[in-house]
Amino acid sequence: MDITDFYDTFFEEAEELLGDMERHLLELDVDEPDPEQLNAIFRAAHSIKGGAGTFGFLVLQETTHILENLLDHTRRGELALRRDIVDTFLEAKDVLHDQMDAYRNGEEPDPEAFERIRETLQKIALNELGKSLGGDASAAKAKPEPAPEPEPAPSPAPTSAPQSTTPLDPMDQFIAAISPDDAVGETQDPTLCVALLGVNEKDRALLVEELAQLGSVLEQHGDEKRYEVTLETSVSREDIEAVMCFIIESEQLEIGTGQKSGTAARSSEDETVVPQPEPQEVSRPQASEPEPQAETPAPQAAPTPAKPAEAAPAKAAKPPAKPQGGKAKTSGESSLRVPVDKVDQIINLVGELIITQSMLDQTASEIDGVTHSALYNGLNLLQRNARDLQEAVMSIRMMPMDYVFSRFPRLVRDLAAKLNKDVELVTEGKSTELDKSLIERIIDPLTHLVRNSLDHGIELPDQREAAGKPRGGKLTLSAQHQGGNILIEVIDDGAGLNRNKLLAKAEANGLAVSDSMSDDEVWQLIFAPGFSTAEQVSDVSGRGVGMDVVKRNIQSMGGHVEILSREGQGTTTRIVLPLTLAILDGMSIKVGEEVFILPLGAVLESLQPCQADLYTMAGDDQLLKVRDEYLPVIALHQVLDIENARTTLTECIVVIVQAEGRRYALMVDDLVGQQQVVVKNLETNYRKVPGISAATILGDGSVALILDIADLHRLSRRKTARQANKSIKPTQEALLS
Amino acid sequence: MTTVTQANNQLQQANSNALDTHSREFLVFSLGEEEYAVDILKVQEIRGYENVTRIANAPDFIKGVTNLRGVIVPIVDLRIKFHLANVEYGGQTVVIVVNVGERVVGMVVDGVSDVMSLTPDQIKPAPEFGVTMSSDYLSGLGSLEDRMLVLVDIDSLLTSEEMALVEHTTHQ
Repeated sequence: MDITDFYDTFFEEAEELLGDMERHLLELDVDEPDPEQLNAIFRAAHSIKGGAGTFGFLVLQETTHILENLLDHTRRGELALRRDIVDTFLEAKDVLHDQMDAYRNGEEPDPEAFERIRETLQKIALNELGKSLGGDASAAKAKPEPAPEPEPAPSPAPTSAPQSTTPLDPMDQFIAAISPDDAVGETQDPTLCVALLGVNEKDRALLVEELAQLGSVLEQHGDEKRYEVTLETSVSREDIEAVMCFIIESEQLEIGTGQKSGTAARSSEDETVVPQPEPQEVSRPQASEPEPQAETPAPQAAPTPAKPAEAAPAKAAKPPAKPQGGKAKTSGESSLRVPVDKVDQIINLVGELIITQSMLDQTASEIDGVTHSALYNGLNLLQRNARDLQEAVMSIRMMPMDYVFSRFPRLVRDLAAKLNKDVELVTEGKSTELDKSLIERIIDPLTHLVRNSLDHGIELPDQREAAGKPRGGKLTLSAQHQGGNILIEVIDDGAGLNRNKLLAKAEANGLAVSDSMSDDEVWQLIFAPGFSTAEQVSDVSGRGVGMDVVKRNIQSMGGHVEILSREGQGTTTRIVLPLTLAILDGMSIKVGEEVFILPLGAVLESLQPCQADLYTMAGDDQLLKVRDEYLPVIALHQVLDIENARTTLTECIVVIVQAEGRRYALMVDDLVGQQQVVVKNLETNYRKVPGISAATILGDGSVALILDIADLHRLSRRKTARQANKSIKPTQEALLS
Repeated sequence: MTTVTQANNQLQQANSNALDTHSREFLVFSLGEEEYAVDILKVQEIRGYENVTRIANAPDFIKGVTNLRGVIVPIVDLRIKFHLANVEYGGQTVVIVVNVGERVVGMVVDGVSDVMSLTPDQIKPAPEFGVTMSSDYLSGLGSLEDRMLVLVDIDSLLTSEEMALVEHTTHQ
């Protein structure tokens, strides 16, 4: 076993910790910081420092060390938080992340970035602490720190010690680093007694080797049950614990102070300050020079995706459960990293299995059920198992929306600051799950919408006040299931879309518009290519490439975008996406001799219409009155040119379907039944077909087309328009398509 | 469907020795009275015409899509595309499944006759002619004793805009 074997574990943990740190920093109320959160942030920095030290990632260790010191002061209320301080902390977090990525790729982190953040952090320490501690800022000397009050020793389980993580040595060294001659601290017995419980010989050897790197091993003895190592070291107990926990469980570890061994020593000792500058932790630039160990490229890190951008999605395939704050245990037993194409292969195979199963079902339906009851039972069982298997497999690909939403607090914060706006971000439905392939593709469009809302939607505080609204704007991101779809909404309470401005702009862009257009149609204009109403092109948004790309992206995912807006009150952009692209609950219908599949999520009901409920409009358009609602009739046989279909509405069955927020009455000959179908892309070998979203293979091996209702309606309108030989303005048609 | 099996056997043989010789191998098929040929390496398989699902609002020569072992494949009837008088579907109607780039497309033809080997000097340049079939889609004419084979450049034919099989960026 080699220390590099643990690199991956460390990086994964550190990444989670950094994520936690960012989340807490963002949630932090600057005026009244929650001590729990401050502790959590501190702990995260501390844990990373411990790990970085173990693995010889010196620059990372150094940076966390400085950050940790400041955090420690914050935690103890000695450093009053301000927004810009939190910003610096966030910046430091980013630097840490970059450094980690560098190490992950076997490179050395950027020394300039390190230097910069180090100076910034030290400046804070000097300015803030210098004042608050001694009032002697000019001297650039921090006042000697009061001897830390004794506190209970940390319990061995790291997660359970949020409060008891004690004031630590690093601060003093830090001060020592700034003003070396002023260092004051209590001299403590530097020997620690580390007891390893139930650790086998191999791991033991490794651990002792580890300990030897942290200090000098004075004595070691014992057996597998209890093995004691006496260590002379300047490293804190917690650091040792953090290091050891990469290899063994915390329960297997007891750390006592001095020569006193074991549990007795742990109970009341306050382990505190070591005044001498530690060999590992001196904040001098030279320290950033690599140790030989740091230079060995991580063999474990190499096969993982090399770029950070790729690493993040891969990591996210893990279950979202994260331990709060504390050190995560090795994730080996709880999650498994699997390449996505392997999962896809399984999904494809399950799809084929489902087809085979329904093929068998169809064949068996022609066999006498009484004499072959065993066969039937078997088939039923097969059906159930196949469905369960399918669901289980599909769930592998599902990921919570939190994966997407979690990146927005930072974005909103930074953007709002840049735009001088005050924006509160609210997220709802974080646990809503969505197919992984979709979730990755939704990030960009959603980012765009959020930027748009912040830049164009939410007004400046003064404007808001003048409009009688609270100064702070509110941006809501929500996700929820609706039928077979997922609804993702970006809601702002900003100025809303301006109808007149949009119309004027559209006219200037040469789009055919008229004042009689409905609001909905006007809002659709912003999806036209090259359309932007921003008065000024900012670097946030407003370059005029955007909404059309958003729309195209969403459409390529099989979804669509809707806009609801009211002037002065805000805008809601709604993205409707299918849950997954692979499998669909469908209802098969028959028109003439042809079978089509309707997405079951779109089907509301079916009924037999009677003549009295049928109305015509403008001669050709038929409307069906269903419970006081007039629904446009889509005659499938007309739209899809089907021969031998019934043409009189009253002889047909009408299926009420819903798409893009509207309802339609679909004229069909027969309902065949419900079934799950495997969605097959038509565009792989062919092209997009109007009115059709995809294809599937039926039980008899033939291909059936899956209808896209919203598109079907557009097609139907285009067809009737063509038939009526009306001159629909080309641009308007282009907008509809 | 003996013809299909035979043709597939020929195809396999041809595929196995196509790379060995200097000459190129072509699969010869007939459309009406005319003989056409495609590069054998483009051909994936030959199958009967069956179970094709119509696609509404598509050009008439696109017969629809079919299920080829779980893959949805569009079927084009070249006879309709080239305005042949007799377009019938029977037991002898054959679909040549070809690979065009990343795509798989089926072409309906009247029949598959044989696999021919043509040396470079047997391939004459295609003359500038044809309204129904632009010479852009031909890679030449093969002369074999008294037979003339029209060598079809299947890639440019099937991906052409007029075939409407592939979405062209300029198109809507």
